Amino acid sequence: MKHLALMATTALTLSAAPLWAQEAEETQVIGISIPAATHGWAGGMNYFAQAAVERLEEVYPQLDFVLATASDPSKQVSDIEDMVATRGIDALVVLPFESEPLTGPVKAVADQGVWITVVDRGLSEPGIEDLYVAGDNPGFGRVSGEYMVSALPEGGKVVALRGIPTTIDNERVAGFEEAIAGSGIEVLGMEHGNWNRDDAFTVMQDFLSKHSQIDAVWASDDDMAVGVLAAIEAAGRSDVKFVLGGAGMKEMIARTRDSDPMVPANVTYPPSMIASAIEITALGLVSDAPVAGRFIIGSELVTPENAEQYYFPDSPF
Amino acid sequence: MTTQVTRPGQPAGPGHGINLHVLGPIVALLVLIVAGALMNPNFLSYANITNVLARSAFIGIIAVGMTFVITAGGLDLSVGSMAAFIAGLMILVMNLLVPSMGAGISVILVGMAVALGAGLLAGFLNGFLITNMRIEAFIVTLGTMGIYRSLVTWLADGGTLSLDFGLREAYGPVYYGGLLGVSWPIIVFLVVAILGEIGMRKTAFGRYCAAIGSNDQVARYSSVDVNRIRLLTYVGLGLLVGIATIMYVPRLGSASSSTGVLWELEAIAAVIIGGTMLKGGFGRVWGTVVGVLILGLIDNLLNLTDWVSPYLNGAIQGVIIVLAVILQRENRPEG
Repeated sequence: MKHLALMATTALTLSAAPLWAQEAEETQVIGISIPAATHGWAGGMNYFAQAAVERLEEVYPQLDFVLATASDPSKQVSDIEDMVATRGIDALVVLPFESEPLTGPVKAVADQGVWITVVDRGLSEPGIEDLYVAGDNPGFGRVSGEYMVSALPEGGKVVALRGIPTTIDNERVAGFEEAIAGSGIEVLGMEHGNWNRDDAFTVMQDFLSKHSQIDAVWASDDDMAVGVLAAIEAAGRSDVKFVLGGAGMKEMIARTRDSDPMVPANVTYPPSMIASAIEITALGLVSDAPVAGRFIIGSELVTPENAEQYYFPDSPF
Repeated sequence: MTTQVTRPGQPAGPGHGINLHVLGPIVALLVLIVAGALMNPNFLSYANITNVLARSAFIGIIAVGMTFVITAGGLDLSVGSMAAFIAGLMILVMNLLVPSMGAGISVILVGMAVALGAGLLAGFLNGFLITNMRIEAFIVTLGTMGIYRSLVTWLADGGTLSLDFGLREAYGPVYYGGLLGVSWPIIVFLVVAILGEIGMRKTAFGRYCAAIGSNDQVARYSSVDVNRIRLLTYVGLGLLVGIATIMYVPRLGSASSSTGVLWELEAIAAVIIGGTMLKGGFGRVWGTVVGVLILGLIDNLLNLTDWVSPYLNGAIQGVIIVLAVILQRENRPEG
């Protein structure tokens, strides 16, 4: 990276032509493999990945990016194999669809000397990745639980909606249960709403039929919170004081900002963590700054006071 | 297979008097209702029954159309994606019109027309490719399933399309409102089911569907316009998907790539539980309605009770679906 200025000039004059053909030694390629936008959060993650690539392509002309979205684990494995075979990537940023099926293929890429950044979902074998960027799932549950305790100081009856049965979901629920332990908050029931609005609507309708008194709902996700709020409104129930979602969907952040009593808070689990991963990986390639290690992005409590800084109007999520 | 009726553990047979083939789905439904009433006192409450019927209406309306398609020997895997795409399109069009037409009835009527038109077109496209281009229904609708799912993701830019807030207020009663205490989705489902039952039993169209499904060559020689009837079953199904979407959009006022996921399999399962033959030739619309209710009740029951881990919900569902089909298997001519 000693001839950065020289390279930048060369890149500018040749910017229309594919650089890697003539200057394979100097242009470095970062491959990014992420799941397709199959739900709101993943949609946001796709948006932030594209935004990061666009920004970095301008800042670092010596870097090339290959972005592939996969709708299932086997497609993701093929994507990664193609990136290595046809583009000769120098670094791989991967958000594994599932941990198990991706571990072997990513390890094979790592063995070829490619820099590996794993995002959010860890691989099943430790030590493969050079950099790990992730949200804090136990922390997400803990912050949610602590908020419940502070919002219901006298204790109360709550129901909880869980996501798709995964490690992520288990860690969140464990964190939540730990935080409310001994607080007088009674969990009447937990069912899977699969991070889906329609499923959450159905589950919440049934919770309302089953329990005559519910003080609050831990929807644990903003897509599910949308369904939960609709079910409560349709049932005309006034016993539910508030719904705590999570992940920071812009519509929900806006409601918190505008002091909606039903949506008093949110807990972040930012889809923009993919951007952090891409930025740090790029930094590692173009500079001498050390970036190997673990980078855990904390889950923060959003309240009406600080909601404005978590509101991203352009993001689809 | 007459030798099999004396096999141990199979009570049904000639002279038994009860036709399980007809009663199977009803027995399964009754068992579920009794079990539900015993397990939770709220199960038979007005609110819970309304919830279950209203949320089953989408699949129900689609499943009635699916009954005709399957009876005529076809299949449609695209309905769930189609519903998501139509919902997305409808929301986009209505949001676009709000500034010029205001958030009122007129915009909602345009939205409904868009849904019906898009449904008709989508159904026609499936039917045209299957009948005129002579491509397998499974392949055509697998293809359109992927196309519509991608289109809605693209329309929503990977996120969620949300209906204009003012419109949501105006449109909401279509799902949440009703007539004499019966909510609109239930009424529409009922009307569609009754028309479907009449269409299947009393009209030439219904008889042609069964004839084509059991043997399309014979039907062709009997001067039935096989291609036209088949095309019509897909167009009809597309129209019903449009109607289901009209009832779905006001519920949450949003559409995303996770809208309508697996609706096609639920609709097909309901049709088969109801006694329609997957290979075609025989269809029963009232059976489909019972099948839809069984599927809806299973979900509801699992949420109302605690005695099974939520991880096992899918397994319980699977077991009950298979049991419901076994119950009606015995008196069928070919076993």
